[in-house]
Amino acid sequence: MNPIGAAVTWLNDPLNWTNPGGVLDRLGEHLSMSAAAVLLGCLVAWPIGLWLGHTGRGGGAVVLISNLTLAIPTLALLTILPLTFLGFGRPSVVVALAVFAVPPLLANAYTGVRQVDPEARDAARGMGLSGGQLLRRVELPLAVPYLAAGFRTAAVQVVATAALASFVNGGGLGQIIRAGFGLDIAAGGGQILAGGLLVAVLALLVEAILALVERVVTPRPLRRTRGRREPPGGGRGGRQLTRSGTPGGQARSGTWKRTVDR
Amino acid sequence: MSFRLSYRADPGNPWFSWQYVRDNSDTILAAVREHASLTARAVLIAALVALPLAVVAYWFRTLAGPILALTGVLYTIPSLALFAFLAPYLGIGAITVLSVVVLYALLVIVRNAVAGLNQVPPEVRDAAEGMGYGRWGRLFRIELPLALPGILTGLRLATVSTVALVTVGVVVGRGGLGQLIFAGFQNNFYKAQIMTGTLLCVLLALVLDLILAGVGLLLTPWLRGRPR
Repeated sequence: MNPIGAAVTWLNDPLNWTNPGGVLDRLGEHLSMSAAAVLLGCLVAWPIGLWLGHTGRGGGAVVLISNLTLAIPTLALLTILPLTFLGFGRPSVVVALAVFAVPPLLANAYTGVRQVDPEARDAARGMGLSGGQLLRRVELPLAVPYLAAGFRTAAVQVVATAALASFVNGGGLGQIIRAGFGLDIAAGGGQILAGGLLVAVLALLVEAILALVERVVTPRPLRRTRGRREPPGGGRGGRQLTRSGTPGGQARSGTWKRTVDR
Repeated sequence: MSFRLSYRADPGNPWFSWQYVRDNSDTILAAVREHASLTARAVLIAALVALPLAVVAYWFRTLAGPILALTGVLYTIPSLALFAFLAPYLGIGAITVLSVVVLYALLVIVRNAVAGLNQVPPEVRDAAEGMGYGRWGRLFRIELPLALPGILTGLRLATVSTVALVTVGVVVGRGGLGQLIFAGFQNNFYKAQIMTGTLLCVLLALVLDLILAGVGLLLTPWLRGRPR
């Protein structure tokens, strides 16, 4: 039987969905560990990113962290962390995934605060706002589009990477694919393909839903330029941006203005 | 108490061991070689396909949207899923790893090359046209050189992420250094082997990145000395 037919057959078997360790179980695992990882990433990256952006320092560190995590293989973190004090099981997988969520969250939080119009910042200072108030009432709201874009990039990436947790028996939908490979390609081809399909569809769904969320949480006045400015986090754009240019406000506000004019 | 002492005296499972590296230098070198050759081939193939695609997206604005959207969708698909899609057809082996890795590298290069081409100032383009450059002449003499920083950024990003991605190839038994890492995990969690594989991976990414950065400096002499 050709793999596609076998995959359809596999997906059509209700037991493959409802059995213990079936699709529904794996989906639950996948989503819960992804959510935990993104949450952990946000808790760590957003305060740091916002603060660095507010003070305008540490841009180099943000770039460095982004580049370093890009070079570390997911597989390595997934296999190393269980051997540390975190121990085997869910916590180490969540931490490993969170590590890969940090760069887009951090970079976008930083950029989001940096791109705030200096005039708005001056005006706020002139109105007598203190540093903390400035961050909370002016910079944070104006950075929301960037935060949302970073969140989306990070979440999609974590959901995608969570499939690799199956290498260390961490659960998730990747487990179905791994089990299929364990069966040998001829017998397991259908299951492999079905698992791949599930993982891919989940990632695309999360991307679509979060794109919608991103649009909803972006305040209306900031929405107009959406999609035309350099995306702060289209795909892994957040990383590309931090890599190619200096993260300082100068270059970025330049591109920002130019694209708005167009 | 005595238990604790004996536990500490246990030579056991260090995070790094030169002994391991010496004893297994053949295996390690073979893994590095496979990893490097997979990466190099993948980036080369990806660049050969990506640059024409980027030029097409740049020339025909109507195609730019679909090409970028397609690359975006493809980029969202997890690597393991891509392996799952290709393995039943391409079988277990290096071809499958190469195909997956090429696809991802392709996307990164296309995106950055298009961005680089789009950053060519319109005035420069107009001036070139006024000087009588045709479409191809303008592309090769003006636009591609000016887009080089973007293209090189794409190449570097693609290389670094390819080095990391090749490790996922263990799922079809051809992961280069990933093979080392995974075998270490399966052999009673042998930390030295896992760490060696990881460090070599990061090192390989760093070395390739530096090489490309050097090539970039050589290719774009006009950017040297300019504050970035």
